[in-house]
Order: sequence, then C-alpha cells, then structure tokens
Amino acid sequence: MLDAAIIGAVLASIVAAATTLLLASIGELVAERAGTLNLGVEGMMIVGAAVGYAAAYGSGSLILGTIAAMLAGTLLSLVFAGLAIWLAANQVASGLATTILGLGLAGLIGSPFVGTTLTAAPALHIPVLSDLPIVGPVLFGQDAFAYASIALLAIVAYGLARTRAGLVLRAVGESHVAAHALGHPVRRIRTLAVMFGGACAGLAGAQLSLAYTPFWASDMTAGRGWIALALVVFSAWRPLWLLGGAYLFGAVSILQLHVQGFGLGIPSQLLSSLPYLATIAALVVISALKRGQGAPASLGVPFVPDR
Amino acid sequence: MTENPPNALPASLLEAVALTKRFGALVANDHVSLAIRAGETHALLGENGAGKSTLVKMMCGLLQPDSGELLYEGAPIVFPDPASSRARGVGVVFQHFALFDALTVVENVALGLPGHEPLSALAARIDDCVHRYGLAVEPWRRVGELSVGERQRVEIVRCLLGDPRVLILDEPTSVLTPDESENLFRTVDLLTDEGRAVLFISHKLDEVRRLCHRATVLRGGRFIAEVDPKAETAGSLARLMVGAEVPRLPRVLEHELGEPRLLIRNLNIPGDGSRGSALRDVNLEIRAGEIVGIAGVAGNGQTTLFEVLSGEKLADDQESIVIDRVPAGGLGPTERRALRAGFVPEERLGHAAAPDMRLSDNVLLTTHSDGAIVKLGVVRHSVLNARFQEIVKRFDVRFGGRDPKARRLSGGNLQKFVIGREVLRDPVLIIVDQPTWGVDAAAAAFIRNTLREKAAEGCAVLVISQDLDELLEFTDRIAVMCEGRLTVPVPVAETSREAIGLAMGGAEDGGEGVHAA
Repeated sequence: MLDAAIIGAVLASIVAAATTLLLASIGELVAERAGTLNLGVEGMMIVGAAVGYAAAYGSGSLILGTIAAMLAGTLLSLVFAGLAIWLAANQVASGLATTILGLGLAGLIGSPFVGTTLTAAPALHIPVLSDLPIVGPVLFGQDAFAYASIALLAIVAYGLARTRAGLVLRAVGESHVAAHALGHPVRRIRTLAVMFGGACAGLAGAQLSLAYTPFWASDMTAGRGWIALALVVFSAWRPLWLLGGAYLFGAVSILQLHVQGFGLGIPSQLLSSLPYLATIAALVVISALKRGQGAPASLGVPFVPDR
Repeated sequence: MTENPPNALPASLLEAVALTKRFGALVANDHVSLAIRAGETHALLGENGAGKSTLVKMMCGLLQPDSGELLYEGAPIVFPDPASSRARGVGVVFQHFALFDALTVVENVALGLPGHEPLSALAARIDDCVHRYGLAVEPWRRVGELSVGERQRVEIVRCLLGDPRVLILDEPTSVLTPDESENLFRTVDLLTDEGRAVLFISHKLDEVRRLCHRATVLRGGRFIAEVDPKAETAGSLARLMVGAEVPRLPRVLEHELGEPRLLIRNLNIPGDGSRGSALRDVNLEIRAGEIVGIAGVAGNGQTTLFEVLSGEKLADDQESIVIDRVPAGGLGPTERRALRAGFVPEERLGHAAAPDMRLSDNVLLTTHSDGAIVKLGVVRHSVLNARFQEIVKRFDVRFGGRDPKARRLSGGNLQKFVIGREVLRDPVLIIVDQPTWGVDAAAAAFIRNTLREKAAEGCAVLVISQDLDELLEFTDRIAVMCEGRLTVPVPVAETSREAIGLAMGGAEDGGEGVHAA
C-alpha cells in the first residue's frame, strides 16, 4: 500500500512539475508587470529545453547546458522585444510568432538528439534535514532548479514590492505615458523585463530537459508555456499567488496520473482535464475575491513616444 | 504679491527662442519665443490648440523642436528627455496628471525623483513640503482614491521636492474649486518670493490678471504678444487670444416655464467603492424651458448622478426618476431615449463616441432606435448620411476628409458633433456632463448658445459642470453637489460665486441652499 517512499516520490514529482511552471511564469509576470504581454513563453521555453539539452549533451556539463538555455530564451525574447516594443507591433501577434518560431527552431536544434538520454540533474542532499521522513526529501532533497525557482520567486516578490527598480517597473506597466513624462526609459525597461522573462522561460526549459524528463522530444513542453501564461493572470499578477497556482496545477496534474494508475473506472480523459478544471475553478474564486488590483493598466499597449 | 521682482529686468532663467514644431502638415509652434525670469509668474495664454502644450513639452524635453533653441541662464541648452530638464531644475505639473493610480502618493513622488531614497524618509520630506507650502497631501494613500485637487497637489509636491528653479503649471485651475484655486495662488506666490520662476498656463483671464507679472499670448501656434496682464482688461486679453470679439450670451432669456420634464425624487444610490460615489437623497425638478446647473468638485457624485440619469446605472425605485411624466428609474438608456431624453457624457472619446468608428457610425450609436434611421434591423445609410451631414452643417463640425474616425477630431469639434447628435434627435430633456471641458472659447460659446436655444424651444436642460463661471453665465438655477447630496437649486441672480464655492466645499447652510448671504 501507500508507504512513505511512494508518498515521497509523488510529492517530489509534484515539486518538479510545479517548478517548471513557476520558473516560466515568474519571468512572464515580470514582463507583464512592465506592460508587455509576451505570448512567446511556450516558444522560449522549448528553445531553452532544446539548446540546454544540446549544450549539456555536448559538453557534459548540466551547468553549461542551463546557462545556454537561459541565453537562448533571452535571445528569442529579443525577437519579441524588437517587434513588440521597438517596432510597436501588436503584442499578441508578435508573441504568437515568437512561439511558432521557437517551436520550429527547437525541432531543428534538437533533431540530432532524438532518442538520446542524459543523467538528470542530481538532487541536492542537505545532510540531516533531507533524511527526515517524507518532508525530508520533499523539502530538502530537491534538485537545484526547485530551489532556484523558490529563490527567484522571493527575489521577484521583494524586488517588485520593495526596490526602486521594482517601483519603476510597475510604474511603466501602469502608465507608460506618465512614466515617460517623468523621464523613465519606458522601452528600455520593458526590453529588460522581457529579457528577464526570456531567461526564466529558458531556465524552465532547461529544468524540463535536464532534470524533470532528461531526454529530448520535440513536443516536450506540451503546452506548459501556455499554462504559465494563464497562471500569471490567475495570480492577479501577484508573485505569492503564483506560487500557489503553480503548485495547485502541479499537484492536480500529478495526482490525476496516479489516480489513473489505480484504475478507478473514471474516464482518463476526464482525469486528464482535471488540472485545467481545477485551475479554472481557482480562477473563478480568485476573481470573485479579488479587490482593487487587476491587470497592469498599460498591459499589451504599445508605447510610441512623440518626438 | 503685488510688487514686481526687485530688479526691473533680471536675466531670464529659461528662454525659448523661435521654437518651431511641426506634426505632419500642422505647424503646432511657429517661431515661438518666451522668456521666464527668476521670481516672476509668467502667464502663457491661448485657446485650446494654440500650441501651449507643445511649447511646454519642448521646454521640458518631452518633444524636440524642429528649429529654434532653448537658453538656460542665457546659454544654449538641449534637453533630450524630461530627466535632463529636471536635472536643471525645470519641473512640470501637467494638465493630464502624470500620476499612477495604482501606486501610493509617496511611490508616485519617488518615481519623479532621482536616487534611492527610502520611502519612509521621503514621506517625511513630503510632510515638510506640505507644511511649508500649505499643500494638504497624505503620503501613504493610493492616488486612485484621491480627488482631482489632491492629485494636483501630489504633482506639485513631487515637483517641489526636486527643488525646481522653474515650475511650469499646465492649466492648473481648470479642475479646482475657487477655494482650492486660492490656495494654489498662495503657494505660487510663496514660490516666486523664494526666487523661483513660475510659468502659469491658463485661459482664465481673471486669474492671470491677478496672479501673473507678464503674459505671453499664443494663437494658432504663433506668438501674438507679450503683455503686462495687470495693465490689460479681460476683454483685451480675450481679443488677443481669440483674434476677434468673443460673443457674449444675453444674460437672461425670458420665456415661460412649462411642465416638469425631469423629476428626481429621494434618489439614493450606494457607492461602489472604487469609482462611483454614493448619491444621498437627491431631489430635483427641471421644467420645460429652463437650464439647471449642477456645480461641484469632481468626485462628489456627479458621475454617478449622470450614470443613473442616463440609465447606465439603474435606480432601485422606478419612481425616483421621472422623465416627462413616465417613471424611468429602472429603464435602460435606449428606453429613456425613447422618452425623448438626450445624454452627453463627460468623456467624449470612449463614452460619447467610439474613437475608432467613423463619425457617421457614431451617429448611429444614439439614434439606432429612433425609427427613421434603422428599419427592420437594417441601417438605412442614405438617412443616416443625411443626418450626419445635417449635424456637421448645423453645428459647424470641422474635420479633414469626408467621414473621419471620431478620434481624429479636435475636442471642440467632437463635442459640437456629440451635442448636435443629441439635439437633432429633438429631445425634451438634455443632460450634459461638462459641456465645454477642454473646448476653445468660440466652440464653448456656440455650445452654450445651442443649449440656450433648445431651452427656449421648450426643452429642459441639466448641465453638470466644474466650471462655475460657465454655470453662472448660462444656467437659470444652480444646485451644488457635495458628498453625494444635492442642494436646493437657487436662481443664478440670487446667488454668488462665494456662496456656491462654500457649498462646494461642503459648508452647511441650514438648508438654505446656495443663497448669497
């Protein structure tokens, strides 16, 4: 029956599933708080996964692979930034183009590696703490990506709320006209925010292909970039709610797999849709409770300064 | 502050020399020159579209001139962006405030200052500034919750904390009560006494004559004159601004009042928290042939009142609003229009007109159920076009092209269009929110005259306005809205600016309404 080891394994896979979403959505949250809606998350993520896998496979270093993945995500985000920020193109169209471009590029980059495998990123064992039953491996026996995602979330939450850079970034997302009138370089700030989003999506891709499922498959992101985008909206652009959303989605998507494994006679299609239903339900509850804070007021609006 | 600065002609602090700025075919500024001296309040006068805002934007680095140059303390200077002008001590309070609603006052202020000052230290400095210049502002409130007057004070405080040598105020009094304006004038006097220069942009001539040492007049993007406003009359300044006599409306038009067209009885609307204020026990009767004005500082329930009268918000009690004898509290906008009511909201683009739709399509927005233009669900374009042409002709709506998108029109022309659209529906009741907001003097006079004529024909008119002078000029009775309550309307002849100003500030007058003392 269910013993501690199984529960531990389930919890660990929940953490892994949530980490992918968390990494990607933190970056998108920053970009959106600056006023840019980048629908290219899925594309940047899969390019990160492909480049990260290729670099790690070639060099034998997971660290190099991770860095390469982040750089690749950033580079692709610059395509979006160039179109949507500097040429003031429609952000939705630019983002979709970025995703389509990313999916194609990733397939090309990854094609030599189909069928290969890597050694997954190791869990970092913290002595004593990680030996505690159940909570030990879950809280203190994860890989570096999981810790990085939590650290990143804390940094972003603190940075947005408490630092001047965060204040300026939020201001640009609220009213680019006012921010411009006060002398803040709106387009540069947005570009940096989008680049951060790209790096995070690339990191999420690396987590996917180097740790979560250490092989390459051309459709391995499987819509996780879109889920990350949705989570940003569900969280009402608040970092801490993002944490809850990512783990809720991760938990339901893993648990439904195990429920399918028990053979309870519930149609598997219904179970597969559970994570989405749970997220939608959470969205409805959150929007009903939500007071005051909505989307950044300038979200999705291109900024063209008068000259 | 009645004296001139000690030196008769101190060197100019900031000077614009022959600045020219073109936007496509439009020459917004054509060789405009202006010099601001330390210790003086300099007025920049002109109609809407005269080029005042363009000039200011070039003087603070928001726009780059096509030709001409800026001098700072006599030496040429280029401000590539607003940050560089601010670094030299040029602070601007814009007409459309550069504030962030979702952020607190202190965060807004921090965004306008260089450096990484902790917010708590900054809040203390804001408090100091507040005491020194008499600008009541609470640092930790969210800007979205503040009244327009408070927002303006936030902007001024933000500028002052940068210790500016030149402070540019773009139409600062257009949104203030008389009382708030007086406070602002005291602050301006304090600032010039400290040797700062103030550029005061306005089209309110009395203020300029009272407050300013010199005045530069622009018209049609050109420099017209530099005058001593105290030596001019309001009439002579207006002639310089407009280039012709501004027609004055006859003070009182005599006509019989008919039956009640609008009855508001014990109207109560709860506030919805963020935006709309509550209405408390509002009563009003408007009869055919009269114009009733509602004065008040923005945010005291006027928006809610307009929405509940136009049917965008419904009243709980069907009887609390009666339009032409029909209880209408629960009727929607189309049903109220069918009772021959016409509505002109405050916001022209986005509320009165759809910005990206053509003007002819915008005509349809309020005439779709009048019968003539739409038959069996099909738009009859010939009838629609005829109506559109009639509006354009009778209301002198000017624009480029045959049928442009609404957003291409200037404020005055779009307002004439919107008023014309409602007037040609032949209403028995017209409700107008801010009829001449941001509209030049000639168009404003035309709009007021149009409403006067409709009243004379037996229409009842309700005008909500923050411009007290306008209400005193062309309404028959004035009521004041304050914190959701409406005073008893008083005939214009029996009241005074002071009495209305007091009521706008919420002074209780024992139910006497706004009668002069």
